[in-house]
Amino acid sequence: MWEITTQVLTGLASASNLFLVACGLTLIFGVTRVVNFAHGSIYMLGAYAMVTFVSPMREYLGPTLGFWAAVAASVIFAAVVAALIEVVLLRRLYRSNHLFQLLATFGVVLIVQDLVILVWGADDILGPRAPGLTGFVSLGEHRFPAYSIFMIAVGPVVFLALWLILHRTRWGTLIRAASQDKEMVGLLGARDKLLMTSVLALGGALAGLAGALQIPMQPANAFMDVSIITEAFVITVIGGMGSMTGAFLAAILVGLIQALGIQLFPKSTLVLVFLVMAIVLVIRPWGLLGRPEVEAGGAMGEPPERILSPNTTRFALAALAIFLLLAPQFMSEYHVGLLIEVLLMSLFAFSLNFILGNGGLVSFGHAAYFGLGAYGAALAVYHWRWPMEAALVLGPLVAAAGALVFGWFVLRLAGVYAAMLTLAIAQILWSLAFQWNEFSGGDNGVNGIWPSAWAQSRVVFYYVVLLLSVAAIGALWRATKAPLGYTLRAGRDSPRRCEAIGINLLTHRWAGFVLAGAAAGLSGALFAFSKGTVDTHVLSVHMTVDSLVMVLIGGVNAITGPLMGGTIYPLLKAYIMPLTDAWRMFLGAVILLTVLLFPQGLAGFLSKFSRRFNSSTEPTSVSLRVASERGQ
Amino acid sequence: MTTLLEVRDLSKSFGGVKAVSNVSFELGASEMVAIIGPNGAGKSTCFNMLGGQLVPDTGGISLNGRSIGGLPPRAIWRLGVGRTFQVASTFGSMTVCENVQMALASLRSETARPWSRMQDLYRDEALQLLERVQMLEHADRSCATLAYGDVKRVEIAIALTNAPSLLLMDEPTAGMAPKERFGLMELVTSVVAERSVAVLFTEHDMDVVFGYAHRIIVLDRGQIVAAGSPAEVRASPKVRQIYLGDEDPGSMERVTA
Repeated sequence: MWEITTQVLTGLASASNLFLVACGLTLIFGVTRVVNFAHGSIYMLGAYAMVTFVSPMREYLGPTLGFWAAVAASVIFAAVVAALIEVVLLRRLYRSNHLFQLLATFGVVLIVQDLVILVWGADDILGPRAPGLTGFVSLGEHRFPAYSIFMIAVGPVVFLALWLILHRTRWGTLIRAASQDKEMVGLLGARDKLLMTSVLALGGALAGLAGALQIPMQPANAFMDVSIITEAFVITVIGGMGSMTGAFLAAILVGLIQALGIQLFPKSTLVLVFLVMAIVLVIRPWGLLGRPEVEAGGAMGEPPERILSPNTTRFALAALAIFLLLAPQFMSEYHVGLLIEVLLMSLFAFSLNFILGNGGLVSFGHAAYFGLGAYGAALAVYHWRWPMEAALVLGPLVAAAGALVFGWFVLRLAGVYAAMLTLAIAQILWSLAFQWNEFSGGDNGVNGIWPSAWAQSRVVFYYVVLLLSVAAIGALWRATKAPLGYTLRAGRDSPRRCEAIGINLLTHRWAGFVLAGAAAGLSGALFAFSKGTVDTHVLSVHMTVDSLVMVLIGGVNAITGPLMGGTIYPLLKAYIMPLTDAWRMFLGAVILLTVLLFPQGLAGFLSKFSRRFNSSTEPTSVSLRVASERGQ
Repeated sequence: MTTLLEVRDLSKSFGGVKAVSNVSFELGASEMVAIIGPNGAGKSTCFNMLGGQLVPDTGGISLNGRSIGGLPPRAIWRLGVGRTFQVASTFGSMTVCENVQMALASLRSETARPWSRMQDLYRDEALQLLERVQMLEHADRSCATLAYGDVKRVEIAIALTNAPSLLLMDEPTAGMAPKERFGLMELVTSVVAERSVAVLFTEHDMDVVFGYAHRIIVLDRGQIVAAGSPAEVRASPKVRQIYLGDEDPGSMERVTA
């Protein structure tokens, strides 16, 4: 009895902390419609600010007052940073699509991670315990920390305070009104920009408070941002994006599941949380208290970018084929290895863009399928001594099976909910791989995944990779030009028109999702054999971001875009990463610059360039027609 | 005349507001009927129930004696109902011809094929349809670059792919210049006459309604207040009252002249 009570109380204490983070996230989404990845970074900065401020303040103000003054200072610091992010970055993204927003705010995450290590170092930093709350409360023979009791109270108190702000102040009324209809509030004369900045500051303050209050329980570390933001995403999705009460209920639900579920699923309570989220979303696709997202109508879709004329393209492809076939003859083994990486990343990016750019399906968890392919192949070799040939078949099949199951859930959801679910799925697989030591090798992964004897040499293996990746890219390319690819694109352009010409969009999207998953799985399986090892990185959010960055810098609206991105990105990584300690900061900056300045990527830039070049030499059919209509 | 579409006691409420209540009417083969009424009269709700975008609360819809109420839009299309939208919707990233080819591929349930080239599928058939709507010369232009009136023509070509027995047109001439409107309606009347397609349309432009409809159904606050030939509807005092109020009985003639 007391044991259950203790666990429930533990769950409620963590629910409070989760709520503080999630309610800021949901408020920000409600008003700005931006899913703010950087919210986790603010939480982390709050924690680091706390450990920094607390020593000098305790010296000046004494242990008790100093502790709480440091909390207040951390909250203010976090609010200021969040407001700065709004002014510098988010403001420019309000009209972009969800994916660009997610990616850009993830760029901020990367930059903050390196900054934190630069300023505070890579080691965990312990903070002091809360004065007056260091003791324990006895519950039968169990002892429960007094600080956790305090934490349990924080959640409802903050909830009440926020409710009063939202319902009893003019500012709160504006926030609620903006959540309903942003443009209307602008028309009423409210100062839109100031409102956005202040909401970011409010959300930042709450995240900072959560980070600072976490310090007496756990040290500040440079990984707390991504782990908290994943949980906060799950909570906002379960509660309904934009609903504060929903976030409160969902935080309690998730907190309790984590505390009680540890008995059922000691390996990964996140799996249990995911199951609850999946069930909630199947029954209520907009979360417990959310409202259906109104997708922007009228967007008709742009014709795909074309950089070269069909004949020039054929010529370029032939030249590329000759280069790729002969490359090992004149390249060092290192460069052949690099070329393998380029081929695999190109396939990975191409598979993502098949559903993303072509199909308009928002995916923020493509690493799931790369990772399933890699682990599927590697574990078959590791546990059951499968030969490479069989493992290369199994990997893509495992990934396709994953896409089949997860696609069923994801494709029923719209927009940002779908993006969040794809992210959550990838994170759950990651945590499974991380925690299921006996099967997946945990953090170390599995080693000794080498090609069969005949393909042991780098050059032979290169040809294996070349053959399989080119075949897979070719098949997907062909599918893009076939009815299936056209139907996916039709669904991106106008779902309503699709339905009105008899197309069952869901089944087509499902097929496309599985095909893309299988192709990503193939690149993952080949990746495992090219490295000889697989670890949790292949399932991590960083792998997902790699795939998105490749598609983004190449250009989403061109079939060759992901291939360009898949070529450039591994090369950048190979040549720039060794030169710098701040690779993540560099990558974050590349993401921000691309999103802000070249949203159509390299392909869009090149096609604009070639259009300009062509139009100066010959008038296009459009300008000819205009001229003839004018009677010239 | 044989009955093509039969609507019985159709009702739909949104949160206590009766958008459509107890609407019943019939449509004969090859008949051209307009549904008119002031804003909020329930025209669009009615239309969306016929097209499958909304599920009726009560009442029945049958096409050739077969019940279609509550079916999804794609199933209704397969039974021979074409549809154009108030805000024309086509696939902007595709060419005019590819838009029609998509519909033809869907008609033959070939949209999931991953290998054959879409651009080669049923191109000749698509071009024939485009010729019929006078869009042949624009066949290879991207739909995103077309003038709005031309997008409407593409929608009609798409709607004709499954040789429909009924065409639902929501505000066919909305957003078009007055001169273009008659061009489009002439096209519609000649196309449906040669293919024996019945047309049910909503429309705000009274010149179009009275110029082309064989019969007119007038909705107000979700209910049918008048129905009959253009002359009967024009003479109905109820209709005058809805459209004009009582003060100015002369302006109806101006509108419909």
